[in-house]
Amino acid sequence: MSQALPLNTHSSPHLRIQDLNVWYETNHALRGIYAEIPTFGITAIIGPSGCGKTTLLRSLNRLLEEGEGIRVKGQVWLNEVDIYDRVMDLNELRTRVGLLAPKPYPLPLSIYENVAYGRRIHGLDVLDKGNGRNLDRKVEHYLRTAGLWEEVKDRLKAPASALSTGQQQRLCLARALAVEPEILLCDEPTSALDPISAQGIEEQLITLKENTTIVIVTHLLRQASRMADYVIFLWMGELVECGPAKELFKNPKDSRTQAYLMGKIG
Amino acid sequence: MNEKSKFLKNREKLSRHHTKSFSKLSRDRKDLAAHKAMRALAICVSILVPVFILVLFLRARPILATHNISTLLFSTTWRPNQGSFGFFPFIMGTLWVTMVAMIISVPLSLLTAIYLAEYTRPKVRAFIMPLIDLLAGIPSVVYGIWGVLTVVPFIQKVVMPSADRWLGFSPLFQTSNPTGYGVLAGGIVLAVMVFPIIIAVSEEVIRTVPLGLREASWSVGASRWQTIRRIVLRRAFPGVIAAVMLGFSRAFGETMAVLMVVGNVVQIPHSIFDAAYPLTALIANNYGEMMSIPLYDAALLGAALILLLVVLTFNIGSRLVLARISYS
Ligand SMILES: Nc1ncnc2c1ncn2[C@@H]1O[C@H](COP(=O)(O)OP(=O)(O)O)[C@@H](O)[C@H]1O
Ligand SMILES: [Mg+2]
Repeated sequence: MSQALPLNTHSSPHLRIQDLNVWYETNHALRGIYAEIPTFGITAIIGPSGCGKTTLLRSLNRLLEEGEGIRVKGQVWLNEVDIYDRVMDLNELRTRVGLLAPKPYPLPLSIYENVAYGRRIHGLDVLDKGNGRNLDRKVEHYLRTAGLWEEVKDRLKAPASALSTGQQQRLCLARALAVEPEILLCDEPTSALDPISAQGIEEQLITLKENTTIVIVTHLLRQASRMADYVIFLWMGELVECGPAKELFKNPKDSRTQAYLMGKIG
Repeated sequence: MNEKSKFLKNREKLSRHHTKSFSKLSRDRKDLAAHKAMRALAICVSILVPVFILVLFLRARPILATHNISTLLFSTTWRPNQGSFGFFPFIMGTLWVTMVAMIISVPLSLLTAIYLAEYTRPKVRAFIMPLIDLLAGIPSVVYGIWGVLTVVPFIQKVVMPSADRWLGFSPLFQTSNPTGYGVLAGGIVLAVMVFPIIIAVSEEVIRTVPLGLREASWSVGASRWQTIRRIVLRRAFPGVIAAVMLGFSRAFGETMAVLMVVGNVVQIPHSIFDAAYPLTALIANNYGEMMSIPLYDAALLGAALILLLVVLTFNIGSRLVLARISYS
């Protein structure tokens, strides 16, 4: 399913991670990570449970440091700006680098307002002369992009909590997309879903990768091989190997990657 | 016999004694007896409230039988020796003092709770919360003394002159009662007394809002405060209302501290500086005196019944809401 896309070898990377270290209290969870995440396409972070995938992902929009006792050291360059620089505006960063969590958390608002939430926060439609019709169009657009429009178009005012889990996750996708992020981080976005909904989300992400950089964490090798253009393999807090998906899956260089791909470890 | 062997022998005797009296049979019997006694005690305690209501109702019946309920509640004439028992001034006294207390304490406690739940680190919170809880353990007569010594003079010397200068146009701030004893003094004292309840309950409610919800909001670029205002407080709203209701029921029923500072004049207050006479003060000041007046005793117990029913309604209501939150 994955097609040839410009890789970081011949286009400038969207994110450049440089000597990134993370500690939970004294647990050194990420050790000197260097990696480049190509512009557009899907980058998958794979590895066994507890190897630091979520930690790495959440360091990319600095949601990580909201937790207790967490220390981050290193640089992450987003278009020539280090997001760990002191002058970085966190709210702007998180607008540009969105997140889709493993479990859907619909906001305690209506379906419509969930999608409109971020746009209202940033006043994206304040110059709208159409009495909110611009916002209506945007909400519809992103609900369509997330593949949810047909199911909810007659009950946009209903509370989001009334949706099924699969629908809620697609709503969260629409909510994340509505602020037009250039990068979308997805942490095991299908792990709470039934197979049909999971497949739906996978298809939406594959469509999105044409003009959005997508980073997905998954412990499902099949999912990674179906979706990924580029792969980062983590092992006990270290980056063992990364590269274009086809190469890495076909000819893994490191023995740990080989063992993991053959199902011998993790 | 040396000391040691005496000791050993004694111990042997003791342990034999033990095994005898705690033989399985008698142990079971004692266990059963203890079990039954404790069960009886638990039942007694749990039916106390219905019993209170019943007794109050029976004792208040003479006045309920001879006076119309709405006359009792809404008549403004309180002349027990002429047979007029209008609770309205007292009800208004209670409402005024409670309202002023809530207006002062709700915003302050909610901001404190938000700060503690959202902006402090667990270590700081663990240090501050017990200090706030301490407020709840102070005997109410101490609050009363604080009110008399500090709040009343403060109102008289500082608040009233400035109210005269800046707010004199509004009847709500007329300073016709120059003593400082009145609705505002009662309200301030009560406000401090309900702080710990509203803070503790709403802080807990705010913290039950899942982290994932905050993260969802942060992830579209919402700031901390936007997230609190638009998401966290919305989600916590029923629980915050319950916390406020709990505080309200505490303020409504508080007696000692209030009666020491409200002035106790039978009238309907019109300004926050007017003296008032809340229901609780009516009962506490007069029960046991002037009992020769017919129906007086029944009237006071009727007032107690009203008080109890209102406080219970708010208490049970808020507990139901809070229970539903902790189960969801
Ligand atoms: N909030 C936390 N507090 C302390 N340690 C954590 C926390 N989150 C993760 N860790 C530890 O960091 C390491 C990496 O965790 P994580 O990034 O969640 O792994 P993965 O997503 O690959 O399963 C694990 O050893 C885990 O125990
Ligand atoms: Mg994880």
